[in-house]
Amino acid sequence: MHHSSLGQPMPATSRRTVLRGLGGAALLGAGIPLLSACAGGSTSSDTKTVTVGSNASDAVPKKGYGDVYAAFTKQSGIAVDINTKDHNTFQEQINTYLQGTPDDVFQWFAGYRMQFFAAKGLASPIDDVWKTIGDNFPSAMHDLSKGQDGKYYLVPLTTSPWAVFYRKSVFQKYGYEVPTTWDAYVALCKQMNKDGLVPIAYGDKDAWPAMGSFDQINFRVNGYDFHVELMAGKASWTDAKVRKVFDTWAETLPYHQEGAVGRTWQDAAQTLVAKKAGMYMLGMFVAQQFSNKADLDDLDFFPFPEIDPAYGQDTVEAPTDGIMLSKKPKNHAGAVKLLEFLGTAQAEEIYLKADPSLIAASTKADTSGYSALQKKGYEMITQAKHLTQFMDRDSRPDFTSTVMQPALQKFIRDPKGIDSLLSSIERQKKTIFASG
Amino acid sequence: MSSETTTKIPEAAAVPPPGTATAKRRIPKGHQRLLTRRDRITLGLMAGVPTILHVALVWVTALASIALAFTTWDGIGFDSIQWVGLQNFKELFEQNPQFWPALQHNVIWFVVLIAIPTPLGLFLAVQLDKKIRFSRVYQTAFFLPVVLSMAVIGFVWQLVYNPDTGLINSVIGANEPGKYIDWIGDPDLNLWAILIAASWRHTGYMMILYLAGLKGVDPSLREASSLDGANEWQTFKNVIFPTLRPTNTVVLVVTIIEALRAFDLVFVFNKGAEGTELLSILVTNNIIGESSRIGYGSAIAVVLLLISLVVIIPYLVSTFRKERRA
Repeated sequence: MHHSSLGQPMPATSRRTVLRGLGGAALLGAGIPLLSACAGGSTSSDTKTVTVGSNASDAVPKKGYGDVYAAFTKQSGIAVDINTKDHNTFQEQINTYLQGTPDDVFQWFAGYRMQFFAAKGLASPIDDVWKTIGDNFPSAMHDLSKGQDGKYYLVPLTTSPWAVFYRKSVFQKYGYEVPTTWDAYVALCKQMNKDGLVPIAYGDKDAWPAMGSFDQINFRVNGYDFHVELMAGKASWTDAKVRKVFDTWAETLPYHQEGAVGRTWQDAAQTLVAKKAGMYMLGMFVAQQFSNKADLDDLDFFPFPEIDPAYGQDTVEAPTDGIMLSKKPKNHAGAVKLLEFLGTAQAEEIYLKADPSLIAASTKADTSGYSALQKKGYEMITQAKHLTQFMDRDSRPDFTSTVMQPALQKFIRDPKGIDSLLSSIERQKKTIFASG
Repeated sequence: MSSETTTKIPEAAAVPPPGTATAKRRIPKGHQRLLTRRDRITLGLMAGVPTILHVALVWVTALASIALAFTTWDGIGFDSIQWVGLQNFKELFEQNPQFWPALQHNVIWFVVLIAIPTPLGLFLAVQLDKKIRFSRVYQTAFFLPVVLSMAVIGFVWQLVYNPDTGLINSVIGANEPGKYIDWIGDPDLNLWAILIAASWRHTGYMMILYLAGLKGVDPSLREASSLDGANEWQTFKNVIFPTLRPTNTVVLVVTIIEALRAFDLVFVFNKGAEGTELLSILVTNNIIGESSRIGYGSAIAVVLLLISLVVIIPYLVSTFRKERRA
């Protein structure tokens, strides 16, 4: 029920996984090897097999990845041993998993989350793989796949953009036009309010959707580079630029759905399904809530409106998933072959056949099978000058989950105390980024 | 880890002393040994394995987490552990906007549990003890929530409190703009909403404890007091309640433990968002995850441990004193 920016289950969902995590934390004292022993993986030095650590535990992605690996085995004759773990557990244990005896390659996310483990020496650079697959990807995907040292660490597979979603029939009925500037967006909110609609559906019970709202306004107001600096802990949260993001946000807060902190994103999406809300800014996975085919065909989106003409709409938030090479793969040659295969358009096409809710990271993938929504998302991503990851993928997750999530919830409930909130964020940020 | 650890402290006293070794030494030379080699190995294993497990899983981890509270560590490699002294505690007390509310909520949790469901449970127990009709049915009904896990209770009560589709707001029409009541998101409401759910369960728990206590009250006491002309209230106040003293101690300890380990219900309800912060949730949020703040989380756990000790040590001291007297 808690989902990440890609609509996939997040850590800290069920009591069971939490308890397992607590157990894990307890075991840390008794030595890390204990835990990693559970990680499994074949111990044979067999060069005909590549092992994969997979977090694709949900039925749809599991089948998608299974199909991709089966196609690889068929083509190369190298067997793939898939070690699937529950999505949440995988994320919680990634630390100990990568330090123990990880599989040759493992599924992970682009952005700071990937760079963090790369910088810790828990992943191997794959520049040689990118020499082969580089042409398949747009430049924004190249940037997303590099560590802080400039080397490549990830083969991106799928992505999905964030945008403002709406229903075509509602816009038609009231004669609304898609806003491309901030003023037009605010004016549209006012009009919707008059027409008895909730202008912007909103739910932040799971605490992460507000991070998406912040990101959008931030890179529209301050541009991509500032987003990167801020997320990396370099820029200050007490900077006037950040203050401006919150002031801009506060302008539209009265048009957001009331009581957002108590509502899940799924419930908020239902108000859009029911045509009670006019717009909803979220990731493309919002389509999962449109179970009726006619409703789904009625769903459309537009990129988040321009705020500062200097930056226009050049940045798109597109959380990307991919595969990384572990620090000491047992079958290096085989793993490289697998990564090269995963970097082809063919591999992505096979995956998307099973899971049509995402978009291929490669520009070479065949888009003819895409739905109208997927095609539009694809266009938006390929035309974007910069791709950002979601806040918790572009920054230290310990900072975003323990500091930003509660702070943003506080802000959307009560936007007045922003100055003290920002200085509190900055103080906490300093200590977190100073450690490790 | 901390609350788990503290609840296990009484067990530490129950670990069998290494008696086998001393017993062996006392055997006079020349006599045939009472225990064969095989027996000694068996006994050694029976006493040794649990001791090792206990020490490794309870004491070592508890001490390790106390040590870690003075470091920063992201959980990657032991060489990244850095000694920072009291930094974590300083940060916790001075900068963490969630710490003091969390501490306060743990206290409120205890006060509410002792003030509302406990007397209610006692009241129900007294009524059921009178062997009224359908007593078993009532007993089952009130006890039912205790059988459910806290996480399940969290899901059930979310159906009641959901601000858009929940029972309360749908019935009173508070899910419309202007009249909106956000039971889960509003920090002035959510703690109380959760405490109602927690009390709902705690009442049944207290009822069962008191019912057991009341069954142990000597019927002749009641007879005697009614012969003396005491009315029902006087009998309860002057005769029955004083005999429930041991039960009250158990109730107090159980309630303190419940207040300190409160976690599941809130975690399911809104993950400890503003208004419902708890120490246990802060520990979890900081320790679990991909790039954890293990040192900082341990510091919070140590605070929780200290609070638990403040509560548990006086209890243990008084219990042992009583045992010694007996």
